[in-house]
Amino acid sequence: MSDAILDIRNLTVELPPWADRPQAVSDTSLTLARDEILCVVGESGSGKSVMARAVMGLLPEHLRASGGAILLEGEDLLRATPSRLREVRGSRVSMIFQEPMTALNPVKTIGAQIDEMLELHTKLSRRERTERIVAMLKSVRLSDAQRLLGAYPHQLSGGQRQRAMIAMALILEPAVVIADEPTTALDVTTQSGILALFRDIQRARHIGVLFITHDFGVVAEIADRVAVMQHGRLVESGTAEQILNAPKHAYTQSLIAAVPSLAPRERRMKKDARVVLSVAGLEKTYHAGGAFGRSGRTVRAVKSVDLSIRHGETLGLVGESGSGKSTLARCIVRLVDAERGSVVVGDDVDLMTLSRGALRAHRRHIQMVFQDPYGSLDPRCTVGRLIAEGPIVHGVSESEAVSRAHALLELVGLERRAADRFPHEFSGGQRQRIGIARALALEPSILVADEPVSALDVSVQAQVLRLLADIRDRLDLTMLFITHDLRVAAQVCDTIAVMHDGEIVEYGPTSRIYAEPRHAYTQSLLAAVPGRHWAPPFTPALV
Amino acid sequence: MNVDANSAAAPVTEPRQPARAWHSHAAELWQRFARNRAALAGLVVLVTIVIVALVGPALFAQGPFELAGPPFAQPFGQFPLGTDMLGRNELVGIVYGARTSLMIGLVATLFATLLGVLLGGVAGYYGGVVDEMLMRLTEMFQTIPSFLFAILVVAILSPSIGSVILAISVVSWPPMARLVRGEFRALRNREFVEACISMGMSDARVIVRHILPNCVSSIIVTGSLLVATAILTESALSFLGLSDPNVMSWGFMVGAARDFLQRAWWLCAIPGVAILVTVLAINLVGDGLNDALNPRLRRL
Repeated sequence: MSDAILDIRNLTVELPPWADRPQAVSDTSLTLARDEILCVVGESGSGKSVMARAVMGLLPEHLRASGGAILLEGEDLLRATPSRLREVRGSRVSMIFQEPMTALNPVKTIGAQIDEMLELHTKLSRRERTERIVAMLKSVRLSDAQRLLGAYPHQLSGGQRQRAMIAMALILEPAVVIADEPTTALDVTTQSGILALFRDIQRARHIGVLFITHDFGVVAEIADRVAVMQHGRLVESGTAEQILNAPKHAYTQSLIAAVPSLAPRERRMKKDARVVLSVAGLEKTYHAGGAFGRSGRTVRAVKSVDLSIRHGETLGLVGESGSGKSTLARCIVRLVDAERGSVVVGDDVDLMTLSRGALRAHRRHIQMVFQDPYGSLDPRCTVGRLIAEGPIVHGVSESEAVSRAHALLELVGLERRAADRFPHEFSGGQRQRIGIARALALEPSILVADEPVSALDVSVQAQVLRLLADIRDRLDLTMLFITHDLRVAAQVCDTIAVMHDGEIVEYGPTSRIYAEPRHAYTQSLLAAVPGRHWAPPFTPALV
Repeated sequence: MNVDANSAAAPVTEPRQPARAWHSHAAELWQRFARNRAALAGLVVLVTIVIVALVGPALFAQGPFELAGPPFAQPFGQFPLGTDMLGRNELVGIVYGARTSLMIGLVATLFATLLGVLLGGVAGYYGGVVDEMLMRLTEMFQTIPSFLFAILVVAILSPSIGSVILAISVVSWPPMARLVRGEFRALRNREFVEACISMGMSDARVIVRHILPNCVSSIIVTGSLLVATAILTESALSFLGLSDPNVMSWGFMVGAARDFLQRAWWLCAIPGVAILVTVLAINLVGDGLNDALNPRLRRL
């Protein structure tokens, strides 16, 4: 391509000998035009971030680019001297990272950090520099730019920080901006603002943006062209239109097929099923920072929440980070003690009124599946023991519990011999299956799933969701499903409760909420789902 | 629940790593330990000292306090390490002293570790008021200069093996308690602990079977270094004459010979070197254990 500003040719990056494959990036070629957004899509371990870092000359210690060339405006960055690279970084190509809190220096003000770029690369006077920074902060739509100059990163919200990061990346007017999952750590409503900003800035300044993401919704939102990577290789590239609606490569097809649709999936519900879990007036307040009788900051995490779930129903608890949905779930299973309210399981047992000892026997009715597949399994226990221990605690004989564990492993799609191994020997998706098997071991009637697929790659996510749906239907389980992802919620939940600032602001059948959201917050959430206008060309693989 | 064995659960297409058994896990630990040459050398020295302490006394007919020959005999003569100012065999003293030092170091560390793990564990697991109170108590012990405190304890209880062990335990548990509290606090909020609680396990079971095994490596590393400190404290106490008068120890030998430093410097130097070598070896082994048990701290 003649107008290519960044031309990656046959790039190969070697991994250290102890890695699971020889190369992070193998013989990959890509071109980025002067005026476009190229999305590089892939699952974790596909080599997309390594490639981006190779462009910046920021490869981690053990990684080495061993072949190919990275041409920026015709100049090979792989062969550039360190001092030349320093000149290029920031001024010709700059990078935006996933987590702005760690990418910004916490002890320097935003103004000083941006100013440093100008000081190093230009000969402008202090006043000219400040003027330029204020103008730049305004152009990334940070209101009150003058005040932000003196603000420290922790005083800004996540979205503001990412905007400041973008301002910093653009201040020297580079020709290429590399963004590595810049919206992954943000809430969905914040994300949509940042994505719109990327789009507008790219159009206004005619720069090339290499945008790395794992999320096809984001791709549908902003990409001009798309490159799909798998195991360090480029499997397919083309215009956004081609890739999103008519992908040719089987891997791209499977990735897109795994994206949950936003159209709610209808499921027949028994009309007059009995209520198995009812929560009334639940409140939880956190106190922080108080000592020696002084009252500290208080956060009302959950404010008088009522909800009820019928037998066989799946209730989705949807909200952004900090909305109190995880706290609510932990109050319901009483991992956290709420101040007020009742949690009635079955007909008569109010978990809130039970003593710690009495609670123990009742815990088996309501079990939890956790978010983090790495942190939720005791690394020192074999998988078999992890699953069998619950029943053993509740008085089931050892041999019976072990055989039940074996059967459960098969139920969740693992082999029996997995029982003798340790959690670290399994992948994220497999661990989540183990977590599900553990929760099922006590034969609960209610399953509380706290973001069970958020930490998983999209194809694995689809498998785990399918498994959960399958198990729920076959074992006739009732489920409380917590998620921030409206696509996932549409596929799994029968009813939805939208949480905002510790309150349930809207509560109703999934189809009604998606078709005609009533509360302003629900409307803004739905409007912010990336790629909402794009319908994946394949029917989702969910049951 | 009706779990049908052959039911069609979703197929697993993710890659699977090969199984690894426990003995290979131990082999891996050993490999990581052995990679640290200094630690390996420390281990060899330490094992030698332990063997000497265990079998050494059986090789000598006379006890450490018995007179064996003329006073101030030079080393490498009739007696390999010479004799002291009263004509006691210096080598026998060193061998018996090894036994004393290691025994007191180990037992005192064991007590300190038990106390530290108990208090730190309870404070870290329960948090809140319990944590506040236990940590204030810990700080109270930490603010008293530890060696003076140890002297005080031995002086009050009259010098004996038991009082020395007690004194050393009393001054060395606070760092262990703080460490264990920190580990417990971090693990307490991990999802696997929440999973245990939500399955209905008792606190004792969660603590003993799930949290404790996950901080055992830190406890071992810190404990090994505590042994070295305990040996030093014991030597210092017996140097001052604050130890059991009927038990030979290195610190006592240095202390007793210091009046004759100009005439027979080796009487101080030999037990001093023994203390140095032992403490150094234990520290090296402790470092090696740290590398082996907490590999993530060192790599990357």
